[in-house]
Amino acid sequence: MAKEMRTEKLQAWYGSLHILKGIDMVIEKNSITAIIGPSGCGKSTFVRCLNRMHEVVDGTKVEGKVWFEGQDVYDQQIDPVDIRRKIGMVFQKPNPFPTMSIYDNVAAGLKLNGIRNKKILNEAVERSLRMAALWDEVKDRLNYSGMSLSGGQQQRLCIARALAIQPEIILMDEPASALDPISTSHIEDLVVELKNEVTIVIVTHNMQQAARIADTTAFFLNGNLVEHDKTDKMFMSPCDKRTEDYLTGRFG
Amino acid sequence: MNYRGLAKEIELKIHSDRPARKWPVEAFFKWGTFAFAFLIIVLLIWMIIAIAIQSQLSLEKFGFQFLTSTDWDPVKGLFGALPFIYGTIVSSIVAIAVAAPISIGVALFLTEMAPKWLRTPIGFLIELLAAIPSILFGLLGLFVFVPFVREWIQKPIGKILGWFPLFSGAPIGLGMLSAGLLLAIMIIPIITALARDIIGNVPNIQKEGALALGATRWEMIWKVVLPYARSGILGAVILGLGRALGETMAVTMVIGNRAEIKASLFAPSHSMAAVIANEFTEATGDLYLSSLIEVGLILFLVTFLLNALARFLIWSVAKGPKGGIRA
Ligand SMILES: Nc1ncnc2c1ncn2[C@@H]1O[C@H](COP(=O)(O)OP(=O)(O)OP(=O)(O)O)[C@@H](O)[C@H]1O
Ligand SMILES: [Mg+2]
Repeated sequence: MAKEMRTEKLQAWYGSLHILKGIDMVIEKNSITAIIGPSGCGKSTFVRCLNRMHEVVDGTKVEGKVWFEGQDVYDQQIDPVDIRRKIGMVFQKPNPFPTMSIYDNVAAGLKLNGIRNKKILNEAVERSLRMAALWDEVKDRLNYSGMSLSGGQQQRLCIARALAIQPEIILMDEPASALDPISTSHIEDLVVELKNEVTIVIVTHNMQQAARIADTTAFFLNGNLVEHDKTDKMFMSPCDKRTEDYLTGRFG
Repeated sequence: MNYRGLAKEIELKIHSDRPARKWPVEAFFKWGTFAFAFLIIVLLIWMIIAIAIQSQLSLEKFGFQFLTSTDWDPVKGLFGALPFIYGTIVSSIVAIAVAAPISIGVALFLTEMAPKWLRTPIGFLIELLAAIPSILFGLLGLFVFVPFVREWIQKPIGKILGWFPLFSGAPIGLGMLSAGLLLAIMIIPIITALARDIIGNVPNIQKEGALALGATRWEMIWKVVLPYARSGILGAVILGLGRALGETMAVTMVIGNRAEIKASLFAPSHSMAAVIANEFTEATGDLYLSSLIEVGLILFLVTFLLNALARFLIWSVAKGPKGGIRA
């Protein structure tokens, strides 16, 4: 399989807290990579480093390299804005823009990139909302506020918003943690369907979810990548004792 | 684990029936706060009535004409308030037009752009500026600011745009423009301090949402931060407007104190608060005094109306798309 992205000795800090301690990881093109690990081990920090969102927080630091499209994302020449257009992100907590309508939320990324053509916008909004399994619920009230939706609907709105600009990679930080089982399975179906065209990195606390959808799974512990392998292999016969302990719930 | 634990105290305080309170706190707060709120309304109405009674003489003599007449001639006993109304409103508009964009810009700089170590000291200085007594602004205004406006603002603008009525006439310094600009300086600190707090409270997750879509910092501010904060910022501007409308000492020292309506911002003008402060002590005769008090009544109503208008503006702007939960 082709490589989409590779991190090299990736380290990250929050102030003086050393959070990521040298991650070497390959993310394959058109695949789903699940990231699992105990709370606070640095999963969110890791995905935030991939699209240069980590540096948005004051007092943070990143070292190491992230290779993407033959370039280091952290190269001096690279504008983080370009990176974030190609590497989209869905946050753990839904964050629709409250002053925008449902339609404008989905179209926000396109408009930022200068797309004004109504026809293209309409099409993209509908397609994105359909993919995020939200279209049927909102098609009659696209001009309502994004805040008028339930928590789970808001999250799907945010997914649609991320999809609309058609990024190469989508980073999802526990996108389904606020969703009911039906929406969750919609999202899982979406992710599986998308992987033909997009590379997906998904952080999850739900082992079954990882087992169901992920091609490869990475296990993080205390800022280190313990093991990264084909999902079947990880769940059946992990190489590392710590992975096995975590997967069988025999941890700490 | 010992769930029930040592804390018999908890058991007693929470699970047993509470003993009746010695005095009814809930009811006390409910009625107490209600009484205070009511008191404010009573105070307001009482003030309006008291001022209206004091200005009865001129109310009866001039009636509605008091609002439309431009004659202010104590010798002849003719009193019309229009020049003062005009001066107050226009100088305040000039002040807001200048102060609002600058304040919002400074607030954005402080919250989004300035390096961390610079934010606290600058913020502190701004709060200090807000606390300077207005008479000091007036003194500085008269001796430093007015000559500055004359030499560096009125003369250059007059040269280029002198044909335009708004900027015509001799550059004398004292006048509407100086008053408006001085007011702007006085209200910038308040608006900035409030806007900074409001912008600083925009959730990070909102900003990150914009950045993750590939917004630049500027686009993030323009498309997400400012819309999110807009009703709060408008509120801050209105508070500044309130202060500009009522400001007396500084305005009277630089506005020129002439009861005329001129199209030019360079011309001397007058304001409601200024005329009251200036002429109150020398007001001979009941009608004169009564007229001054009526000017006060009008100032009160103008402030009230402009605030109501601004509230309406906030409400219509903040409504946002249908079904939103934000007030
Ligand atoms: N803004 C911050 N400032 C300081 N420390 C932070 C900040 N955000 C996270 N951390 C620290 O970084 C570490 C890793 O956090 P991170 O959010 O990456 O964990 P996570 O693996 O995503 O956990 P979870 O599964 O609970 O989401 C944690 O120990 C946390 O305390
Ligand atoms: Mg996390």
